Amino acid sequence: MDLIWSGLREAIHILRTGDNSVWSITLRSLLVSGSAVLISLVVGILGGAVLAFKDFRGRSILLSFVNTGMGLPPVAVGLIVAVILWRSGPLGQFKLIYTPAAMVVAQTIIAAPIVTGFTAAALRHVDPRLRTQLYALGASRPQMLWIVLWETKLPLMAAVMAGFGGAISEVGASMMVGGNLAGDTRVLTTAVMLEVSRGDFAVAMALSIILLVLIFAVNAVLTAVQQQERM
Amino acid sequence: MRPPKLSLRDVTVRRRGVEVLCVPDLDVREGEVLAVIGPNGAGKTTLLQVLALLDRPAKGEVLYDGARVRGHELSIRRRMALMMQDPLLLRRSVAENVATGMRMRGVPRNERKTRTERWLARFDVAHLAERSARKISGGEAHRVSLARAFALEPEVLLLDEPFAALDQPTRETLLDELAGVLGETGLTTVFVTHDRSEALRLGDRVAVVIGGDVRQVGPTAEVFAAPADEGVASLVGAETIVAGKRVASVDGITSVRVGEHVIDGLARDGLPEDVLVVLRPEDVTLMKPNQHRPESSARNHLHGTITRITLLGYQARVSLDCGFPLVALITKQSLEDLDLQTGQQIAAAFKAHAVHLIPREKASPNQAGD
Repeated sequence: MDLIWSGLREAIHILRTGDNSVWSITLRSLLVSGSAVLISLVVGILGGAVLAFKDFRGRSILLSFVNTGMGLPPVAVGLIVAVILWRSGPLGQFKLIYTPAAMVVAQTIIAAPIVTGFTAAALRHVDPRLRTQLYALGASRPQMLWIVLWETKLPLMAAVMAGFGGAISEVGASMMVGGNLAGDTRVLTTAVMLEVSRGDFAVAMALSIILLVLIFAVNAVLTAVQQQERM
Repeated sequence: MRPPKLSLRDVTVRRRGVEVLCVPDLDVREGEVLAVIGPNGAGKTTLLQVLALLDRPAKGEVLYDGARVRGHELSIRRRMALMMQDPLLLRRSVAENVATGMRMRGVPRNERKTRTERWLARFDVAHLAERSARKISGGEAHRVSLARAFALEPEVLLLDEPFAALDQPTRETLLDELAGVLGETGLTTVFVTHDRSEALRLGDRVAVVIGGDVRQVGPTAEVFAAPADEGVASLVGAETIVAGKRVASVDGITSVRVGEHVIDGLARDGLPEDVLVVLRPEDVTLMKPNQHRPESSARNHLHGTITRITLLGYQARVSLDCGFPLVALITKQSLEDLDLQTGQQIAAAFKAHAVHLIPREKASPNQAGD
C-alpha cells in the first residue's frame, strides 16, 4: 500500500508543479491521437455511409471485415505498419518509421474501422424515407448525406468516443512504429510502460492519471452534448 | 398550345426484375389537381416517385414542360415539392424545418424567413415556429409539412397520401385547408390517395391505378360515373357489379338480362353481348313493396329480400337479394321511416342513366346473367 500512496503523492506533486516533459508527452498524445481520429472520421463516415446506403455485391463481406477491424489487436496493427514502413519495406523510402506520422497511421488503422462500424450501424437505423424526403425537398447527394449525418449525430458521437478511446489508449502499435523516442515519439501510453519498466511508479501514475482525465474529459463533453440533444 | 407540365411516356418500373408499374401515357396538365387512386400496393407511390424524379424507370421517358428530364434531374426536382404520408420532420425547430428545403435550393436568407413566416401562419402553426419539431402533435406536424412544401413555391406539388395517418376530424380540416390553398394558388398538383372521397373532393381529373396499370384517366365526375372496367368500378364505389347479356338497344336505352330481370341502362357504342351492369348504391331508391309507386323517371323496378343492413353513421348500406346482389345506400332516417329489417321483402328502383354498362372481361366473379 505504501508504494501506491507514495506513488500517488508523487504523481500529484508532478501534476501540480507542471513537469515540462510530462506536458509535452501529453500534448503529443493529443496531437497524434487527435489526428488519427480526425482522419478516421473522414474515412469512417464516408465508408459507413457507403456500407449503409449502397447495395452492392460483397457489402456483407466488407461489413464483416469492418466489424472484425473494430477489434483489431494493436500489436498486430503495429507489426503490419512497421513492416510496411521499415527501411527495406514497400514504403520505406518515405522514412516514416519511428516518427509521429507512423503512429498516426497505426492509430488510424485502429480507429477507422471503429468509426466506420458505428457510422454504418447508426445510418442503417435512419428511416430510408427520410432520404427520399430530403431528395424531394431538393437535396443534392452531399446535402442529403450532411443532413442525415446531422440527424444521427448522437450515435456518431459514440463513434468519436470509441475511436478516440481506441487510439489514445493503445500502446503496442505506437511502441512498435514510434519507437518511444524521448521528445519525438513518446506518448502517454508508451511513457507509462517505460516508467513502469524502470520502476518509477510515481511518474507512471501521473501519466496514467493524465491519460484517464483526457479520456474522461472528451467523453464528458460528448456525453453532455448528447444529453442536451436528447432533451 | 402549352405542353403538359409533367408527362410519362411508355414508362415501366421494375423491382428485382418484376414489373411493378406500366404507364403507356399520362399527362399532368398545368394548374390541375390530378388525383391518383388505387388500392394498397397498386403502384400509386411508385408512380408519384417517378413523377418526382426520385425513381428512375427501367424504360420510358419523363417529360417536364414537354422536354426530357434525363440529365437534369436535380434542377427539375428543385422545381417540384413532395409531401409524404409521414411528415418526417428533422431534429430541429419547426421554422428551421420549413427553411431546410429552401436553404438547399439556394433561397436567400431574408426570403426564407419571409416565406417561412407566411406559410406557417397560413397553416395556423406560426406560434410553433421556435418549438422543436419533435415536440408537436401529429396534426401540427402535418401542418408544418404542408407549410414546408408550399414555402418551396414549387411549380408542381406532389402529395402522397398526406393525411392517411390522421384521425377523421383532423383529416377533414386539413383537406379543407389544402383545398382552399390549392384553389387560391392554382398550383399543379398530383394527389395520391386510396380514399375515393378525397379524390372526389380535390381532383379535377382522376387516374385509377390497379395492379401497376393506369386503368383509366379522365375528369373525376366522368370516371366515377362511367368506370372503364370492373376493377375501376369497384374502386370508385360501384357496389353492384353483375354480369348480364345485352338483349336489345332501342331509343338510346340498352336492355340487359340479369337472371330473371331485365335492366335498362344508357346505350353505349361497341358493347358486346356479355356486359357488366354497374350501379352505385346511392342511385338505388328503396320502398315498401305495397307502397304506392311515386311518379318518377326510374325505369328499373325490382323486388328483393334484405340480406344485411350496415349502419354507417347517418347513412345505412342495405344489401338485397334480387336474384343477384344489389346494394342501396339510404339515410338512417329513411331506414327508420321504412322500418327495414333483415329478411324483409322490399322494392328497389333506379334510373336508366344510373346504370353503367361495360364489356365483361373473361373472369368476372358474378355470373348472375348466365
